[in-house]
Amino acid sequence: MSITPLDADRPPEGPRRRRRPGAGRTGRRRRSIDRLGSTDGGREQAVVEDITIDPYDSYYGRPVVKAPPWRAPIAVYLFLGGLAGGSGILATGARLTGRPVLRRTARLTALGALGVGTVALIEDLGRPERFLNMMRTLKISSPMSVGTWILGSFGAVSGVVGAIEVDRMTGERIPLGPLRPLVHGAETPAALAQAALGPLLASYTGALLGDTAVPTWAAGRKHLSALFVSSATLATGGAAMLTAPVSETRPARLLAVAGVAGDVASLHAMKASMHPLEAEPLETGRPGTMLRWAERLAVAGAVGTVLGGRHRAVAAVSGAALLAASALTRFGVLEAGLESVKDPRRVIEPQKARLAARRDAGITDDSITTVG
Amino acid sequence: MSLLAGPAGPAAASGWGGDQQRVGFFTDTSICIGCKACEVACKEWNRNPVDGDLEILGSSYDNTGALGANTWRHVAFVEQGRERIEAAQESGRKLVGLGMPTVGPRPPRGQTPDGDLSGTDRTPPNTQEFRWLMSSDVCKHCTNAGCLDVCPTGAIFRSEFGSVVVQSDVCNGCGTCVAACPFGVIERRDDGTVSAKVERDEDVPHAGTANKCTLCYDRLVVGEQPACSATCPTQSIRFGEHDELVDSAEDRVRALHEQGMTEARLYGANPKDGVGGTGSVFLLLDEPEVYGLPPDPQVPTKELPQMYARVGIAAAGMLAATALAFLGGRR
Ligand code: SF4
Ligand code: SF4
Ligand code: SF4
Repeated sequence: MSITPLDADRPPEGPRRRRRPGAGRTGRRRRSIDRLGSTDGGREQAVVEDITIDPYDSYYGRPVVKAPPWRAPIAVYLFLGGLAGGSGILATGARLTGRPVLRRTARLTALGALGVGTVALIEDLGRPERFLNMMRTLKISSPMSVGTWILGSFGAVSGVVGAIEVDRMTGERIPLGPLRPLVHGAETPAALAQAALGPLLASYTGALLGDTAVPTWAAGRKHLSALFVSSATLATGGAAMLTAPVSETRPARLLAVAGVAGDVASLHAMKASMHPLEAEPLETGRPGTMLRWAERLAVAGAVGTVLGGRHRAVAAVSGAALLAASALTRFGVLEAGLESVKDPRRVIEPQKARLAARRDAGITDDSITTVG
Repeated sequence: MSLLAGPAGPAAASGWGGDQQRVGFFTDTSICIGCKACEVACKEWNRNPVDGDLEILGSSYDNTGALGANTWRHVAFVEQGRERIEAAQESGRKLVGLGMPTVGPRPPRGQTPDGDLSGTDRTPPNTQEFRWLMSSDVCKHCTNAGCLDVCPTGAIFRSEFGSVVVQSDVCNGCGTCVAACPFGVIERRDDGTVSAKVERDEDVPHAGTANKCTLCYDRLVVGEQPACSATCPTQSIRFGEHDELVDSAEDRVRALHEQGMTEARLYGANPKDGVGGTGSVFLLLDEPEVYGLPPDPQVPTKELPQMYARVGIAAAGMLAATALAFLGGRR
C-alpha cells in the first residue's frame, strides 16, 4: 500500500493499541527500556513505538480550560472568611447565652480573620487598587459579586461589635465621643446581623468555586458549600477552644465535633459523585496530601476535643489542629482545582461521557457539534 | 429562576432591544491555509504584547500554543494520517444518524433506502493518506457567556452587536471570568501565573486585567469589519450577520457531506447547546477535542440557581448546628 517511494523505507507499523485509561497524558510516545533493543543484543528487537495514547484525543496535551489566577492568598481568604463567619455566629450565641469571654474572643477572631482575609483577597487581584469596582454593582449571576457584598456587610457589622468589644476591654477609651450610646445601642441588631451573615460568608465560596468550568470544582458543585461550612464550623470551634476558657467552650467543642463529621462526610460524598478523572486531583499529588492531612488533623482534633476538651492545654492543642485542618482543606481544594485543568483529559473525558449519556437517554438535540 | 438569555438573543436580553443584528464569525476550517494572517492582524490592530518566548513548540506549525490574554486569534495545526482521517469521517457520519438535522434527502421514517445496500461500496472518495487540519480559533462570543455572568465589577458587557467585550479600565483583575469560560479563552494579562511571564522592556497595556477578543468592537462601532476577517485571504474567516452565517455554514457542511467529506461538522451552531450557541461558529473536520475545543461545554451559570440553593442550605445547616451546640452546651 505504499504510495510514495519513501514509504518503503519506513519500518513496519504494529497494530495501534487503544489508549489505556490513565496512561500518559501528553500524547508523547512511550517505549519501555527493553523494547529499545539495547538490553539484549541477541534478539531482534522491534523498534516500533508502542503508542499508549491516541495523540488526537487532545490538542498536543494542552489545557482546554484555564485555571483562574488564584494562588495561596485566595486559599487563605477561603479559610479566614469561613472562620470569621463561623466566629460571628458563635459570638452571637455566646452573647445570647451569657458567655462573656467566649463572646469577646469570638468577636475579635471574626474581626481579625475578616481583616486579614480581606487583605489576602485584595492582594490576589490583578489591580488591587480597583478593589472597590466590585462595589459599583451587584450581580446575582456572579457569586464573586454577591460574595463581596456579603463580605462587605459582614465586615460592617463585625466592625461595630468588634469596636464595642474593644471599647469595653479598654474601659471606654475608644474616642467615640457622643456616638458611644449609639454604637453600644446597635449591639443587639449588629450581633443578630452577624449571625445571619456569617453562615453565608462561610458557604458562598462553594458557589464561587463551583460556578466555574474548572473540572474538579465544577464536578463538586453540589458538595462544595457543605464542605466549606463544615470546615468553617470546625475551625470556629477550634479557634474558640484555643482562645476561650474551657468553662465557656462546651458549645464550641460540640460544634467542632459536628464540623469534623460534616467535613469528612461531605468530602467523601463529593469525591464519590465525581468522574474518576475529576476526583483524582483531590486524591493525588500535593493537594491529595494536603487533604489527607486535613482529614487526619480534623479527626485527631475531634478525638482530642471529646477526650480532653475540658483540659485547657488539650483543648488548645486540639483547637490548633482543627484550625490547621481547615486551612489545609481550603488549600487542598483550591490547588486540586488548579491542578485539574492542566490535563485536558479531565475536561474532555467527563464531557464526552456526559454527552454520550445524554445521547443514550435519547437527547440528541443539545450537542454543540452538529451537521447541517 | 433562570439566569440565561432567552430566544430573542443575547443583546436583547441585555437591554439593547431587539432591533440590533447579532454579528459573528463563521470560520470554515476546510479552506483555511494556515497563513496566520488573522493572528498577525489581530495582534497589530489591538497592539497586543508578545506571548511566550518565541520558542518553537514542536506542534506542527503552531508556535503560538493557545488563546490567551495576548493572543486573541490562534491558528491550530494538526497532522493526521489515513487511520485518523477515516475515524473522523466515521464520527461525522454518526452525527447524521443521531436524529440531528440530516444531510440531503432522507428516506421516510422506518424505511431503508431503495434496494439492498450491502453490496454498495461505501468507501468515501478521496481518502487521503495525510492531511493537515488548520483552524483559526477565537473567543466564541457565547449566547450565555460564563465570563460575562460571573464578572463582579461589570467590566465585561454584552455589546449591541451581541458580542462580549471587556472594559479593561474597569476590570480589577479578580480572575473570576478566567475560570468561568468553558472554552479557556479569556485570561488575565501578564501575571506570570497562567502563562509564562515574559520579560520585556516596553510597557504592557492593561496589565493585570482580563483580556480577550473584542470582536473588534472599536471597528464595529464605526462600521468596519474585524481586522482578522478583513485580512483572511481565503474567506475561511467570514464575518457577518449571525443567522445568515449559520445558514451558509449549514449549506457548506451539507455540500461537503455530499462530496463525501463526512468528517465535516459544525461547532457552535446549535442554540440548544450548553452555551446557547456561539457567536463564532466553526466548521470542523474532526472531533472538537482534536482542535483543543471542549466536546460538551456548559456555561456554569446554568446551574447557579441550584448552587445558590446549596449555599442557602449549607448556611442554614451551619446556623442550626451552632444553635443546637448552644442548646446542648447549656450547663
Ligand atoms: S468563549 Fe469564553 S471568553 Fe468568549 S464569550 Fe464565551 S465564555 Fe466569554
Ligand atoms: S478579571 Fe476583570 S473582567 Fe474578569 S471577572 Fe474580574 S473584574 Fe471581571
Ligand atoms: S475580531 Fe478583532 S479582536 Fe477578535 S480576533 Fe479578530 S482581530 Fe482580534
